[in-house]
Amino acid sequence: MGATIIEKIIRNNTGKDVKPGDIVTVNVDRVMIHDIFIPFVASKFEEMGFQKLWDPDKVVLIYDHLVPASQVDDTRHFRVGNDFVEKYGMKNIHRADGICHQLMTEAGYVKPGNIVFGTDSHTTTYGCVGAFSSGIGYTEMASILGTGTMWVRVPETIRVNITGTLPKNVMAKDIILRLIGDLGADGATYKALEFAGDTVEAMSVASRMSMSNMAIEAGAKCALFTPDEKTAAYCEMTLTDKEKDLVGDADASYCRVINYNAEDFVPVMACPSNVDHVKPIAEIAGKEIDQVFIGSCTNGRLEDLMAAAEVLKGKKVAPFVKLIVTPASRKIYQQALENGTMAILAEAGAMITHPSCGLCCGRAGGILTDGETVVATNNRNFLGRMGTSKVGIYLASPRAAAACAVAGKIVVPE
Amino acid sequence: MEKFSGKVWVLGDDIDTDIIIPTEYLALETVNDMAPYAFSPLRPELAGQIQPGDIIVAGKNFGCGSSREQAPEIIKALGVKCVIAKSFARIFFRNSINNGLLLIENGELADVAKEGDTVAVSLNEAITYQGKEYPIAALPDNLMDIINAGGLVKAMRKLNGLD
Amino acid sequence: MGMTMAEKIIAAAAGVSEVIPGDIQTVTLDRLMSNDGTTHLTIDMYEKLKNPRIADVDKLVWIVDHNVPCDSVKTAASHKKMRDFAKAHGITFYEGAGVCHQLMMENHVTAGELIFGADSHTCAYGAVGAFGTGVGCTDYLYAMVTGKSWLLVPETLRFNLTGKLPKGVYARDLILTIIGQIGANGANYMAMEFGGEGLKTLNMSDRIAICNLCVEAGAKTALMEVDDITLDYLKAHGRTPKHVFKSDADAEFAKIYDINLSTIRPIVAKPHFVDSVVEAKKCVGTHIDEAFLGSCNNGRIEDLRAGAEVIKGKKVHPLVRFLVVPASQAVYQQALEEGLLQIFMEAGAIVMNPNCSVCWGSCQGVIGENEVLISTGTRNFKGRAGHKDSFVYLASAATVAASAIKGEIATADMV
Repeated sequence: MGATIIEKIIRNNTGKDVKPGDIVTVNVDRVMIHDIFIPFVASKFEEMGFQKLWDPDKVVLIYDHLVPASQVDDTRHFRVGNDFVEKYGMKNIHRADGICHQLMTEAGYVKPGNIVFGTDSHTTTYGCVGAFSSGIGYTEMASILGTGTMWVRVPETIRVNITGTLPKNVMAKDIILRLIGDLGADGATYKALEFAGDTVEAMSVASRMSMSNMAIEAGAKCALFTPDEKTAAYCEMTLTDKEKDLVGDADASYCRVINYNAEDFVPVMACPSNVDHVKPIAEIAGKEIDQVFIGSCTNGRLEDLMAAAEVLKGKKVAPFVKLIVTPASRKIYQQALENGTMAILAEAGAMITHPSCGLCCGRAGGILTDGETVVATNNRNFLGRMGTSKVGIYLASPRAAAACAVAGKIVVPE
Repeated sequence: MEKFSGKVWVLGDDIDTDIIIPTEYLALETVNDMAPYAFSPLRPELAGQIQPGDIIVAGKNFGCGSSREQAPEIIKALGVKCVIAKSFARIFFRNSINNGLLLIENGELADVAKEGDTVAVSLNEAITYQGKEYPIAALPDNLMDIINAGGLVKAMRKLNGLD
Repeated sequence: MGMTMAEKIIAAAAGVSEVIPGDIQTVTLDRLMSNDGTTHLTIDMYEKLKNPRIADVDKLVWIVDHNVPCDSVKTAASHKKMRDFAKAHGITFYEGAGVCHQLMMENHVTAGELIFGADSHTCAYGAVGAFGTGVGCTDYLYAMVTGKSWLLVPETLRFNLTGKLPKGVYARDLILTIIGQIGANGANYMAMEFGGEGLKTLNMSDRIAICNLCVEAGAKTALMEVDDITLDYLKAHGRTPKHVFKSDADAEFAKIYDINLSTIRPIVAKPHFVDSVVEAKKCVGTHIDEAFLGSCNNGRIEDLRAGAEVIKGKKVHPLVRFLVVPASQAVYQQALEEGLLQIFMEAGAIVMNPNCSVCWGSCQGVIGENEVLISTGTRNFKGRAGHKDSFVYLASAATVAASAIKGEIATADMV
């Protein structure tokens, strides 16, 4: 009997054959904590009575939601974080280098086959390199910090096969939005998603990242891609046989198999106020907008900024419309400076902020008010996420978002 | 088996963590500071109306979205006895168990329950509403262990020989 | 009897041949700038008027710069009010393009104009020989509706500059020295006028920095003699002077100061007053949590160059948050082209979009309880940058960058 990718990862970690529904204890390879939750993790950790971290090198602390601080209370989180780092001898800390999920893979903290937990729901992102990663709360994080272990229920797997060539105006974002629309916001709850097919093989790691990032919006526990040559290059490593074998076997058992032809995808948006409220852009075109946000751990990477720049080159953002660009990491910002992308975006009138969560987490970075509409490349459009509950948030690909910024209304990208 | 009853507040499907507690308030120092803002994007007055012992009844995918553990902690801080929903998002589910907030899955109650009515719960057995019984599933053993220990923090304190 | 520059500009705006200090004159304004600090209040008052009208919409410039990108539902609502009004009335409108005074200098102000701005640092416009002064939103509303306002003709303090600033000493150090010398109310109600041979050694960026900060000595306005540097700047930005006025040889000044630029040293203004100045050397070693390079005072390309020169190839101290915020989109683009943004990013700085940032103490980079900020911003008042119990030191771009590297106050020669 074959195994799915998640079954193989858990098997490799525990040394036991597992099947969906089994409850097992795994050894954790890496954990990520971000600035919003560090005070809570720190206090729970001490309340639990631990004296030291199980392995300080496996713990990564990243400041991203509160950078730069927009409220006086925010700096308390930095102080608590800095104290924690010093007290427990941590080395892996990033204070202003970008968004946690981008840095975890970009800075080499996560490798194929790893089991990783983070205090953020979009921790599913690291499935882009074939790692089992999932979001948890701060109490569980505190217990991992002390024990290095975590119980998980082995999930069933939904297999998604995509074959063929994507239309030029379609990005990975359109695929994952369509999938979430098809599955529903709870369609993959407790389950693993597994992506395969030549469309997926042809994708960059960055594109895969946009997809694994958003798996949580269908409720998924994780979302996995088989590590390949692109993964190896991205992770700056050579894949072992065990890592190459992180493939869903032909005779593996799936709870559901979904097949898509790449040619059938069209540019879509998730309409207010649920991520699974997905419509082809053509059906909602013409709606006037007030702001566009390009950024986040979903779509703040170099290829996303370049796709936006391709649309914006030689054009201007529409009058009275704001375009906010927030790259996902310092490295991406620097690459975009080097290759001319930032110059194009700035010339078009974009406000380019420092890499951080920015508007996506709704604390600063472009908050809106009643009656306003924003097209955004991030992962959530929940009620009140970016301001009042009367703000309309439309989630889209960077290409579509840039086209909307120029037009001042929702348009299908060319 | 434990039995209790309470007045219900009825919410819809996909009650996400940004509705339960918007990010804007997450840097407040304590969960009690945040509690007045619970559910504010949807029903700003609700946090002030909920009384200790009340029960929230909701549709599918309750607690979807972020990993913010303040979500179940705040619901608990408001005195909510339990949440009965058609289904729960997985991070919210884990966080609730770890904090000792009782969650009950039931596919029917949300469609019939009226706000202000009373429901009775027999833990791990059934809910009774308007004279009708709705069966509920028992929690797996490993989760009951955490609940019986009084939450994950207490379980870890025991592990570290503190309690 | 001769007149000063300030008197001549007011006389021209009032349509009279002569004014003397203490006169109250009714003047026609050339330009009216307002930003998101108070414009929503102006609009509220405007809408309550019986017969609301705008005297000359072409004179209005509205700029959203204080909370950009927007950081709260409240500011989002005031921005929307401002944007909708500007759109409906055809008012020149900027949002996110930079700090208001920088945008005014780049795009609007010219020599000899009389300008009201609903912001205290409007006196910056004196750098090109324009009479700019800060007003509240009630004064602004009256001027917007009538095109006119009243003005008390100020006395003038004259500053004769000689010599040249030593290397590593900046206009910021000069103006802080002057404010320290005359005190935070030393120029109350007065105009501060700058001239002399030494002025020719100061470029337009220096001049803006100097005039901008004169309000911290209480000045109503600041004015610099118009020279070739002024005319070249205006020409480069596609503008010609309205009037080129010079104080008459027999003009009467309230006081004349002679300042030799070569005697100026790096200066720091200590918490919580701008006139609480000491030589930077005396503050060396003071712990800092954050450093800020930006604002209408020191966010221009010259300032970014000075900061970049200090930090190039070095790293920001790991526990310091170093914010670099260009004063306008044009400055951002220039800095990008010159590779300065790359230097700051490489060093570990936080590079933000052009806006007022922490100088305004909200929106981005606010500091917490007992934290210390060293800043090129305009003010170090108690609580200005965040928590009421926090501390702000003001210094030049070079001193700020050096301090960011060290994690404590340091001068550029120490890194």
